Amino acid sequence: MTRVVVVGAGPAAHRFVECLHRRGHRDPVVMLGAERRPPYNRMLLASVLAGALPAEAVTLPDLPAGVEAYRSATVTSIDRATRTVHLDDGRRFRYDALVLATGARAVVPRVPGIRWRGGLSPQVRPLRTLDSCVALGPGPVCVLGGGVLGVEAALALRRAGHRVTLVHRHPYPVNRHLDAAAGTLLARHLADRGVDVRLEREAVRYDEGLLVLRDGETVAANTLLLCAGARPRVELARAAGLAVAGGIVVDDRLRTDDPHVYAIGDCARYGRESGGGVARAWAQAETLAALLTGGRRRYEPVPAVVRLRDPELSVVALDRPRPRAADGRAETVTFTDPAGRRHAALEVLAGRIVRGVLYGLPQATAAATQLFDRDLPLPADRLALLLGTPPRTGTGDLPDDAVVCFCNTVTRAGIVAAWRRGCRDRAALGEATRAGTGCGTCVAEVDRICERLGAEPARGPATETGRLLAVGSGVTP
Amino acid sequence: MPTHCPYCALQCGTRLALRDGAVRVEADDFPVNLGGLCRKGWTAAEVLTVPDRLRRPRIRAAGGRQVDTDWDTALDTVASRLRAIRRTHGADAVAVLGGGGLTNEKAYLLGKFARVALGTSQIDYNGRFCMSSAAAAGNAAFGVDRGLPFPVTDLGRADVVMLAGANVAETMPPLMRHLATPKLIVIDPRRSRTAERAALHLQPRPGTDLALALGLAHIAIVDDLTDRAYLRARTAGYEQFAKRALTWWPERVERVTGVPVRDQRAAVRMMRAATRAYLLTGRGAEQHSKGVDTVAAFINLALLLGLPGREGSGYGCLTGQGNGQGGREHGQKADQLPGYRMITDPRAREHVAGVWGVPPEALPGPGRGAYELLDALGTESGPRALLVFGTNPAVSAPRAGHVADRLAALDLLVVADFVPSETATLAHVVLPVTQWAEEEGTMTNLEGRVLRRRRAVAPPPGVRSDLRVLHDLAVRLGEPPERYPTDPRDVFDELRRASRGGRADYSGISYERLDAGEALHWPCPETPGGHPGTPRLFLDRFTHPDGRARFVDVDHRPPAEEAGGDRPLYATTGRVLGHYQSGAQTRRVAELRRSDPEPFVEMHPDTAAGAGLADGDWARVSSARGTAVARVRVVPTLRADTVFLPFHFPGAGRANLLTNPALDPVSGMPEFKVCAVRVRAYRGPT
Repeated sequence: MTRVVVVGAGPAAHRFVECLHRRGHRDPVVMLGAERRPPYNRMLLASVLAGALPAEAVTLPDLPAGVEAYRSATVTSIDRATRTVHLDDGRRFRYDALVLATGARAVVPRVPGIRWRGGLSPQVRPLRTLDSCVALGPGPVCVLGGGVLGVEAALALRRAGHRVTLVHRHPYPVNRHLDAAAGTLLARHLADRGVDVRLEREAVRYDEGLLVLRDGETVAANTLLLCAGARPRVELARAAGLAVAGGIVVDDRLRTDDPHVYAIGDCARYGRESGGGVARAWAQAETLAALLTGGRRRYEPVPAVVRLRDPELSVVALDRPRPRAADGRAETVTFTDPAGRRHAALEVLAGRIVRGVLYGLPQATAAATQLFDRDLPLPADRLALLLGTPPRTGTGDLPDDAVVCFCNTVTRAGIVAAWRRGCRDRAALGEATRAGTGCGTCVAEVDRICERLGAEPARGPATETGRLLAVGSGVTP
Repeated sequence: MPTHCPYCALQCGTRLALRDGAVRVEADDFPVNLGGLCRKGWTAAEVLTVPDRLRRPRIRAAGGRQVDTDWDTALDTVASRLRAIRRTHGADAVAVLGGGGLTNEKAYLLGKFARVALGTSQIDYNGRFCMSSAAAAGNAAFGVDRGLPFPVTDLGRADVVMLAGANVAETMPPLMRHLATPKLIVIDPRRSRTAERAALHLQPRPGTDLALALGLAHIAIVDDLTDRAYLRARTAGYEQFAKRALTWWPERVERVTGVPVRDQRAAVRMMRAATRAYLLTGRGAEQHSKGVDTVAAFINLALLLGLPGREGSGYGCLTGQGNGQGGREHGQKADQLPGYRMITDPRAREHVAGVWGVPPEALPGPGRGAYELLDALGTESGPRALLVFGTNPAVSAPRAGHVADRLAALDLLVVADFVPSETATLAHVVLPVTQWAEEEGTMTNLEGRVLRRRRAVAPPPGVRSDLRVLHDLAVRLGEPPERYPTDPRDVFDELRRASRGGRADYSGISYERLDAGEALHWPCPETPGGHPGTPRLFLDRFTHPDGRARFVDVDHRPPAEEAGGDRPLYATTGRVLGHYQSGAQTRRVAELRRSDPEPFVEMHPDTAAGAGLADGDWARVSSARGTAVARVRVVPTLRADTVFLPFHFPGAGRANLLTNPALDPVSGMPEFKVCAVRVRAYRGPT
């Protein structure tokens, strides 16, 4: 029997417990969540914040039967010798396998006025937990930090009618992932949507609903939303003597340096990879569930796809830290159309995307992400990929051997020949050739051919099919 | 003579005229086809006169060659060997495989013959490979499975129709006549002929339709596009499914499926903005190892939008085979008895046993699904004998090379057919039977309407009807002759009694009513004054006891086999207009052979170039299970990671040499629509 204890109740923990059950694990599973709410979907917090979704709506699917889940359960220590975790209320749980999925916490900038009485000022909300997203008060909102989360939140709030200022230290938003061209387009989009964007500005003080910037300017901020990143929660692991270096260090079995203790999600660090959001957390959860149910899988880093989530935007940044093909021809594919607000820059090695940014190219965003994710070669026609143009299909005039009626394989020449024999409308042509008698889609084309032939100057009487076919082929309708 | 086309589930109305001794097909103004026919339909009469028509029973002689024999010898041989196998190995050592092209009467009598005369639980049919996933999902959601719970003609008045994995322009051309006005949203990894007609084409990576359906549901929920009043009044299970759908936000779905977020949103908005909208699934959504869940996800989407059970809107499955609907209702399915009754239900067993005049405990329990059955043939625990009616598994079953090996391992293979199909050529005994225009009977089309198939010409001398063959065999196995009527009308009357009170109740339908031109859709119970049938189901309530439709909590999972490594491409299989199913009939028609003469593989120009192939070259396509040889067709609109092969061709061109028999855990549907392959130039003889 393997008794599994999971510390944490976020997306990583939830997915892990679900996969464990799906793979047939029926031994005891205990899940200890510090929040008072059942596990929820962090990806939708911006929608809750903006009031587009009620808080209950983002609850994750019910846990599999048999999982012992505790809420408001704060783990204070791990006793590795006796394989026991201790809670602040004195409860304890023995484990055979301990999974740390403690996640990350929002970074709170060292700006005077943000912290208050050992906690945060009541008007300050770190955009990290569901509790911090509900019941947003009236008045202007200032989003501090123009990374992915900050941009998504600013747009969502704006859409919900709030007055929004976005304060960002760098020359353009999402600067960690985008290039200057895409970042500039994004800043323009934010401005167009009515977000007051303050770039290359730093906050120095928060005071009475005002955020004071270094240049002395003030920003109205009845609510100050912190989107300045997140740091892994590692205190528990560190106190237990587990290796911690920018996250709880794990190997490719997601094991810490204690063989009974694992870590997944935002709190874990594998190689140079830490954080990385829900895609990575889920991949780790799935791998660990497989390993603990007798699978032979190893964790493989998930290539980073940073995709802004906003109904109007199509922005993605792709980054593969260690390309599989180390050598091969390197090329850079760029396309920038500032007026059309489109931009793409792909670094390509041996025909495959190593890094890339796409902005305003919805079709290409989807296609390039798939190629990147699966490390597949780009199509020979790079521009067609970027513009998402469908390859040319038959348009304009049909050649003689073109099939007009696919259902009955009737060519244009066949219709012309029948017309010359005296079948002058779609019914007669259908009777003679069966054109138009299947799905009925081609009757418009049959009519068009009739019309054009009818408009031709009269020719001599039909005598011989071969000759007429030749005539027919010479017709330029 | 008014009758119906022998091929697909549309069952287009036709009239057969005799001219100079030859049968000629004319299109009828039947509501389904409105006077249209595809080239298969127009040329159907040629199947009646194919040169290699089976006219005499054949038996495998010493040395393995099949030789002609007479009926008594053939039937005596079959009966005595069946008896011997049963004596030595038990009743389940004899198996039966039926088909979705058989009439209701044949399907019914075949099921009865298996359960009573053979006493075997081992009967299933090729519908397992067709719409079984949609059937299971439909039953779970609505409490009943009728392909279209509304008449086809309703589609024509729709504003929007979403087709998930259905290429009707190619597979059911006359249906397009009903889809000329609605805007189409087509979900297909290929830019199919149907997709070319679409207002919006979503082109997901093969094997990811389920993720796409969940993503569309997500958008409907988050963007407040659901029909809340409908959800409250007519459904159950919304909350749990909604939680699941919310984990599939559009950008995640884009990454998994390759369908741009913009297009996902557009699709949901189009559906919601429509006053009348339909969502239809086809084999593309269904033929997966997660086919039931995929269909369930699409039904969930339809429920969110408030479509099912509302006149002018709805969800439906486009059943494929001619009698794919009726064929799944009357007892040739491993787990079912006539009337769409479950064989495990004690009351169902009692009722049917009563009609058959046997004690309920004499009826066997559920048997293996079609692929499991084929896979077990000739093995230690599997059947030693197989009787095949109306199907050609040597071409149409997944992992066809292995299936051929299993067929070869049998002590006895008996095939009843009217042409020497690839499976018939492997048989120990071949029994020549009648075909469509030579026989009477009923078929149930994709909208659940029961139709009369009529006899226009006499069968060739020496040929017997399937009903007669079952009768003759049953009598030789010691059954009372009156238990196996040979007149289709008598069989139908018995079927009516057997189906009475079942989900698919036919008791109020008679040949007289059908011949009088009545349009009768089941359920049609026998009532005083005559029940009018049920063209539209669910208008007041769904069939579950509480009257509500059920959301099913389903999640996406990858296909059983992912492309990658030395098999970097997905292969997907399907149909072409000129051929029907395994092609055993249509490959014998000159015009169809001319238009679609040989196996081909569609691929993107880059894929072809990468393999050193050009349009028209021959390619070897290889999966973990086998290699198929096919002519290259370069198709620029295809996804570069996907190749497509039609499955109608025999021998080395069998697409099913590649396909993966990973089965859906509920329906037993194999994963025809996705497997991993590589493509190389073919240098051998062509």
